[in-house]
Amino acid sequence: MSEKSELLGEIIARHRHREGPLLPILNDVQEKLGCIDAQSEAFIAKGLNLSRADVHGVVSFYHDYRSEADPRPVVQVCHAEACKARGVEAIIAQAEKAAGKRVRIEPVYCLGLCSAGPAARTGDDLHIRLDADSVAKLVERA
Amino acid sequence: MTIVRIPDDALARAGGADALAAEFAARGCEVQRTSSWGMHWLEPLVEIDGPDGFRGFGPVTGDDVDAILDGKCSKSIGKIEDHPFIASQTRMTFRRAGKTRPLSLQDYVATGGWAGLQRARRIGGKATVEEVKASGLRGRGGAGFPTGIKWDTVRKAEADRKYIVCNADEGDSGTFADRMVMEGDPFALLEGMAIAGEAVGASQGYIYLRSEYPDAIRKLNAALELCAEIIAPFRCEVRVGAGAYVCGEETSLLNSLEGKRGEVRAKPPLPALEGLFGRPTVVNNVLSLAAVPHILSEGGAEQYSNAGFGRSRGTMPIQLAGNIRHGGLYEIGFGITLGELVNEIGGGTASGRPVKAVQVGGPLGAYIHPDQFDIVFDYEAYTAADALIGHGGITVFDDTADMLEMARFAMQFCAIESCGKCTPCRIGAVRGTEIIDRIKAGGRARDRIELAPQMHNTIKEKGRDTADEIALLADLCETMKFGSLCALGGFTPYPVISALRQWPEDSSHDPEVVRQALPEGAG
Repeated sequence: MSEKSELLGEIIARHRHREGPLLPILNDVQEKLGCIDAQSEAFIAKGLNLSRADVHGVVSFYHDYRSEADPRPVVQVCHAEACKARGVEAIIAQAEKAAGKRVRIEPVYCLGLCSAGPAARTGDDLHIRLDADSVAKLVERA
Repeated sequence: MTIVRIPDDALARAGGADALAAEFAARGCEVQRTSSWGMHWLEPLVEIDGPDGFRGFGPVTGDDVDAILDGKCSKSIGKIEDHPFIASQTRMTFRRAGKTRPLSLQDYVATGGWAGLQRARRIGGKATVEEVKASGLRGRGGAGFPTGIKWDTVRKAEADRKYIVCNADEGDSGTFADRMVMEGDPFALLEGMAIAGEAVGASQGYIYLRSEYPDAIRKLNAALELCAEIIAPFRCEVRVGAGAYVCGEETSLLNSLEGKRGEVRAKPPLPALEGLFGRPTVVNNVLSLAAVPHILSEGGAEQYSNAGFGRSRGTMPIQLAGNIRHGGLYEIGFGITLGELVNEIGGGTASGRPVKAVQVGGPLGAYIHPDQFDIVFDYEAYTAADALIGHGGITVFDDTADMLEMARFAMQFCAIESCGKCTPCRIGAVRGTEIIDRIKAGGRARDRIELAPQMHNTIKEKGRDTADEIALLADLCETMKFGSLCALGGFTPYPVISALRQWPEDSSHDPEVVRQALPEGAG
């Protein structure tokens, strides 16, 4: 068995006894493999006795799941209303310039830091009160 | 040893609270990581023990540490309880905010923790539901449905299993009260869920928590482990979402919990009768459940219902966000005006420029003009003004905001987040974005099909102007409002139409055109 199917098997075994196991499984697969590709979908479908279409339907519904891995580091910048009111539009160009092709800048809609935006997230770290300089530094460090 | 209190809330941590804690610890202080007071403009807010109690300093940076310990720091705000922002609040749901360590069972018990659950067990399910009814508590997620009536429906339903589901998918921009409860007082939420379980006869709970809140996920899981025996036989589990805004809608959330696409279900059947896995299910927002332990404490229901205004009883944790000087959490009884909240408590804009617009109730709430600032915080008053309280988020914009752009964003957001189940929302939001683009461009020329002789109703001599496009948008909004299955498609017209109606100058160089094109009562 390949390393990947072994990992998938482990994840499925960990969650399959739970009520509604699909999302916990998909969350773990996305985290461990960086994506949920067609092969993983088929494997999970088999493990849970679902059709591949069922699993693909769920995978393609949620924004957090990707069909292909992207090895680049990610900086999620909040684009929701409260961060707009605090000027996120004015700093996004700086962030993208600093990112170039090395870092992926991804929009996110609300990190719950609405009184202290513009806000961003890298991994499990959160950042507030960003301006053009600090967002560029954040991207460079990512 | 000097005791230093530093919040471990996500916002304080994002502001550098962890590094500050390390700095104070390195200087021999005893650092206690507490919850946040909710004064976000002062975060990281540090409290130091002294001869006359704790004194607050904020916003603190690493450079201030020595000055604070030497008593020479100019950032002192004195005793925090006496600060006008805190002293003028009525804190019930957030009564522990700033005062306790979130994961300390000892602190929780010392501040009245578990008393509500014990009393609920003593008085039984029926009486517990009566208490919640008597408190007048209405769902704090947005719809404002009476919580006690929902619980009663579930209690009376016959089933082999029932569920308590906590909706912690707080996706609305401008809201963070759920996050603060989960990070700052996680046991209160779990106690509220256990009481709900006791009241309706459910033994399993799920907390559906959004993936954008990593700190809350960590804290709640830790809290669950610590209090598993206390809430037993009630069991509870955290389920993490996957970045879909629409899963904050209760039926979509239930589908997601079941491992399906987060598509909205048609109602009826109500989730109270056929909810999670087809079983009777209480679906409540974090704030509703976190208010319950206080209500169930001795005399709590009466105290709760004494606060409030009209049919909106109790307190609302209001979230001051966006371009506001004093942003943060402000819990008060219903009845306060929007002007007081924005100008007096919030101190106007952070940028110092005039307030242009205020969005109340998240991305689906109407934009409110400063001319309407006398509107009273109350479910009925907002409904009458074609606006909504929603989850109590208030997002302030200064005069640099382009309101047509905000209207476009509302449509675009709906298009991105639509679950796709119903046509008015799925297609309407895309078309709405396109129409607003054309309003921005001042209309468009006739296309080839319109110019064909077969299209004999089309006026061939002139193209579509701004007025035509606005009338079309108003018509589309009418369809979305009355034809959508859930609030996402149904309420997106509120921010769109209010932005056009209140700030017509942003949609056309001739505001009169906009006024004339928008039919009375549209949207």
